[in-house]
Amino acid sequence: MSETNDNSKSKLHGLWALTNRELKKWYKAPVIFILSIIQPIIWMGLLGKAMNIGAIFSSGSLGELMSKLVLTPPLTATQSQQLGSFFNGLSASIIQNAFKTTDYFSFMAVGMIAFTALFTTAFSGMSVVWDRRLGFLNKALSTPVSRAVIIFSKVLSATLRSMFQAGIIILIAIAFGLQFGASFNPLYIFGVFAIMFLICVGLSSMFIAITIRSTRIETPMAVMNLITLPLMFASNAFFPTNIMPSWLQTVAQVNPMTYTTDVVRQLLIYSTTDFTQVGMDFAYVGIFAVVVATIGIVLSWRFLSK
Amino acid sequence: MSEEIIKAEGLTKIFNKHLVAVDHVNFEVKSGEIYGFLGPNGAGKTTTINMLITIMKPTEGKASVLGFDIAKQNDSVRNVIGVVPQEYTADEDLTALENILLCADLYGIPRRVAKERALDLLKLVELTDFKDKRVQTFSGGMRRRLELACGLINRPKILFLDEPTLGLDVQTRTATWNYIRKLKKEYGMTLFMTTHYLEEADSLCDRVAIIDHGKIVVVGTPEDLKHNLGGDIITIGIKEDIDVSELISKVENVKDVKKENGSYRIKAEYGEVTAPFIIETLRKKGYTVAKLSLTEPTLNEVYLEYTGKSMRDTEESPEAFQAQRMTMRRARQ
Repeated sequence: MSETNDNSKSKLHGLWALTNRELKKWYKAPVIFILSIIQPIIWMGLLGKAMNIGAIFSSGSLGELMSKLVLTPPLTATQSQQLGSFFNGLSASIIQNAFKTTDYFSFMAVGMIAFTALFTTAFSGMSVVWDRRLGFLNKALSTPVSRAVIIFSKVLSATLRSMFQAGIIILIAIAFGLQFGASFNPLYIFGVFAIMFLICVGLSSMFIAITIRSTRIETPMAVMNLITLPLMFASNAFFPTNIMPSWLQTVAQVNPMTYTTDVVRQLLIYSTTDFTQVGMDFAYVGIFAVVVATIGIVLSWRFLSK
Repeated sequence: MSEEIIKAEGLTKIFNKHLVAVDHVNFEVKSGEIYGFLGPNGAGKTTTINMLITIMKPTEGKASVLGFDIAKQNDSVRNVIGVVPQEYTADEDLTALENILLCADLYGIPRRVAKERALDLLKLVELTDFKDKRVQTFSGGMRRRLELACGLINRPKILFLDEPTLGLDVQTRTATWNYIRKLKKEYGMTLFMTTHYLEEADSLCDRVAIIDHGKIVVVGTPEDLKHNLGGDIITIGIKEDIDVSELISKVENVKDVKKENGSYRIKAEYGEVTAPFIIETLRKKGYTVAKLSLTEPTLNEVYLEYTGKSMRDTEESPEAFQAQRMTMRRARQ
């Protein structure tokens, strides 16, 4: 009575079922879903509006400095006006030089997209450990579903979540006053999602690969704490690399987060989009994703079962 | 019909190069029987089952399930077995039906077939009314039944049950046994299970293998195992302060007499018939029987006989302990 069920079975069967299991935990739980939308808003408010680095160089602060300037002979009204506009221009060009845009909020809001990718995918390592502890992992391992599929479902669900959040962030950022670059084209949004897909696949494979053998929930948490913030700040997400000390610049130059953010900035806010650079960024992040995902899958063959 | 469904030869698992969890075990499970591994926590039951269901690789030895080698043909094994793990693996956030369909997807069963089977199985375990309720709200017994249903979605020829009633109260446990019997009858399956509940092995299993420190110490039907102990245990006490062991041992059907704390522990066949003879023999010699009790052996006595200890307190890994605690907590919801 029990024919085997291998009719119409592909190597990838179960992938969507397992991915959807993860996603359901998110979109079916309203509180978690809403929190995951609120979180980027809070971060944008904090980093973009409260820690507004652009304001430090604003004409207001420079003007105040100017008023303290005592010159002999005192400046005439025209001279003062000229000097004022000089400082205005100076501040704008400092920001333009450092951030390649005159608006720090736009600069930061875009960095936020990469930031979301990092924090959402960081949980994928935890989810493997959790499934192991609940026994679900063993259950899945005893079925004919491929080991790589088990891992890739985690990667895919984290990726889809991040991409959704990235979309939300773009919408919120627009509402908060994101200024698109002069060369912006609505089709570029697809480019943003494409780079998000690549970086998320890479990052979440990385987090899973690191914690695949651990049986304690503390391990992936420690790894998350150790890795996420350095990856974040040793990149161009919140500060331009050219104002960093040279050693940090070196770190930022190998950090895939830098390339991701660069793509998003090039596409969304820079006044001219350098497509050669965008292509190279895509290549770098793409190679990162493929290499780490391969490592993750090889490790899953080796370490998922004991 | 007594073909071998499972055959293990010298199956061994060593963790971290020195911790021997399963030590060269040999056994075979015949078609249509319920075969139980009985032993305390940490005896190697779960490790054995994990090797058979292909989620752990044996360090040494080999085993086959329905003729497929567990190490070399693990994908074929996975297709024909059903597994009900010790833990509650059903996803709390999903409904009963969604959980079964998820299992079906893991086996690559087409959705239309899966849905039909899922509804049948839910009916069988009497969860039809709860099919659209989230598992979060389920009691331990309901969760266990859902796990059973999940384990059967691919119509397995053999079902593996790891501690099927861990943490359940006595009533729910008995009910769960009935479901297991029903499933077995309905699907004509072979069952391999582990348990550390003596009553469970006794009432559910056709054959029991007692396992201790990774080794099988004895195999047989519960009746045979108990019978082989040499029958019943009669405990007798006399008023006089004289050793009457010699006298008692001459009574017919008495197999063994031991003096313990002033009373005699007598092993005898047909205890209820033999006991009056012992009393009479003692009376004739002028001794007064002060107290008497008769116990039929349980598997605990069998266990005691073969391992030299009662089936309690054995060490286990903190990890396994943690997992069991989690299962038990959920069972009692």
